[in-house]
Amino acid sequence: MSLKQLTVFVKNERGALVGITDALAAHNVNIRALSIADTEEFGILRMIVSDNDVAAATLTEQGYLLKMTDVVGVKIGDAPGKLSKALAVLDDAKINMEYLYAFMTRTEKHAYVVLRVANNAAAEAALEAAGFHLITDADVAKL
Amino acid sequence: MEKRYYQKDIETMPVEDIKKLQSEKLVKQVRHVYDNVPYYRALMEEKGVTPDDIHGVEDLHKLPFLTKSDLRDAYPYGLLAKPLSECVRIQSTSGTTGRRVVAFYTQHDIELWEDCCARAIVAAGGTNEDVCQVAYGYGLFTGGPGLNGGSHKVGCLTLPMSSGNTERQIQFMQDLGATILCCTPSYAAYIGETLKEKGYTPDQIPLKAGIFGAEPWTEEMRRGIEESLGIKAYDIYGLTETSGPGVSFECEEQTGMHINEDHFLAEIIDPDTGEVLPEGSKGELVFTSLDKEAFPLLRYRTRDICVLSRKPCSCGRTHIKMSKPMGRSDDMMIIRGVNVFPSQIETVLLNEGYQPNYQIVVDRVGNTDTFDVNVEMNPDQFTDTVSGVTALEKSLAAAMKTMLGINPAVHLVPPKSITRSEGKAVRVIDKRKLHD
Repeated sequence: MSLKQLTVFVKNERGALVGITDALAAHNVNIRALSIADTEEFGILRMIVSDNDVAAATLTEQGYLLKMTDVVGVKIGDAPGKLSKALAVLDDAKINMEYLYAFMTRTEKHAYVVLRVANNAAAEAALEAAGFHLITDADVAKL
Repeated sequence: MEKRYYQKDIETMPVEDIKKLQSEKLVKQVRHVYDNVPYYRALMEEKGVTPDDIHGVEDLHKLPFLTKSDLRDAYPYGLLAKPLSECVRIQSTSGTTGRRVVAFYTQHDIELWEDCCARAIVAAGGTNEDVCQVAYGYGLFTGGPGLNGGSHKVGCLTLPMSSGNTERQIQFMQDLGATILCCTPSYAAYIGETLKEKGYTPDQIPLKAGIFGAEPWTEEMRRGIEESLGIKAYDIYGLTETSGPGVSFECEEQTGMHINEDHFLAEIIDPDTGEVLPEGSKGELVFTSLDKEAFPLLRYRTRDICVLSRKPCSCGRTHIKMSKPMGRSDDMMIIRGVNVFPSQIETVLLNEGYQPNYQIVVDRVGNTDTFDVNVEMNPDQFTDTVSGVTALEKSLAAAMKTMLGINPAVHLVPPKSITRSEGKAVRVIDKRKLHD
């Protein structure tokens, strides 16, 4: 099971994001989901994109500091309480979470949640055992 | 009547006599160093000079220079000119690892140093009627011990407060009626602000004079301190290598510091060529000790840029005056009273696995220095969490604190984001106004 997140280190300053989104647009890379953790001085941009290889090559060439991070992607029903259920599974399995963000799609009646946890394999096993469907890069590419 | 000089005969000696005295002392000092310091003898041999070539101050230029790196190479005993059994004290520079200088003193050297400090205190109006509050640090740092000794010699009631604990400083100042304050100018300014916050007006503060040194300060800062404390503020200069504070000091004219020329011979050189420049030129200050026993230094390059002047002074002292240092001929910064070299930051970064891509930003907020270091993130260490990045910053700051003795705020920035001008990064941005 594998979902890759593209993580970029940026300065917290005007224009920092548009350089990245422009570069991806120019190479026809679609950003499926995006989240930013920021402090006064720096930001960490996290993205799920349609084509990791093209995105990584493009940004690296432009001098951005980035890394590919393994995350867990899980499909949940688009209804109240569904996210809670998924999180309860992780809590019961005593898996610590660093951060999460979610995204919707136009075609499916589902939401996708991206989870960054202390132990990916354990989280994936626990979620699957609880009946959740995990998503991969291949799923994202098809969206 | 107010005593104007501590050692009148020497301090007001005619210039011709000073030069004669210096020549006599220099010949002996060179012989002493040549005979007892193999390190310097080797430098002289390399230059083809022997003590027989030195007949007076006019021959000074024949001698080789000493630099801070010589002192480092010779650490700890390489420049010692007396057996340890005759030494009674060491002092040391402000704890910058790898650059520490340890200076040795015989009892004679201590007396000489304290005499210099006593001259400074008397020049600031001090007598045995005064209460002298010494709020420089005591210990390895020369500030506290130097002024403490000078204060004893003048016969002041000495309050050996050391630095810090401002509440207690103020209590003793008020309860014991301190009339002279000795500390760094930034600490004097801080004491002044604290007194004001507590509602004291300058006429409720018993001080009449202050002797402030060990860091650069401006005329504007002097006026602020004089107003807030209701005193006259005098500058004092010195460095551990030559003994400590008191190498030169201000008189009531406040137009430069008289160098104690019977003990220290000053030259101004071109920092690039080493050529001696005529009086009145701006250049690097070089000192030669004239009668030190344990740690005599010949032609020591201070790296301080200043100007010498022998214009007659209204105070009656004939000793040459030096301007406040106007800058440095190397890249040393003094931050919160501590000497910091960019190369030290570079060493830490390399040790910690970073590329030496950094920028130091120093500023002064109120009277306290701020010290920030921007460092380009090491791609191998980049993590996707904020806590991961801040942990890296903290660990780098801790390593720098160990090296420097003071704590910087470290900020990790993306690679290649530190401004480079003409391909060369600007390593230091010092926004402080330190010189007039």
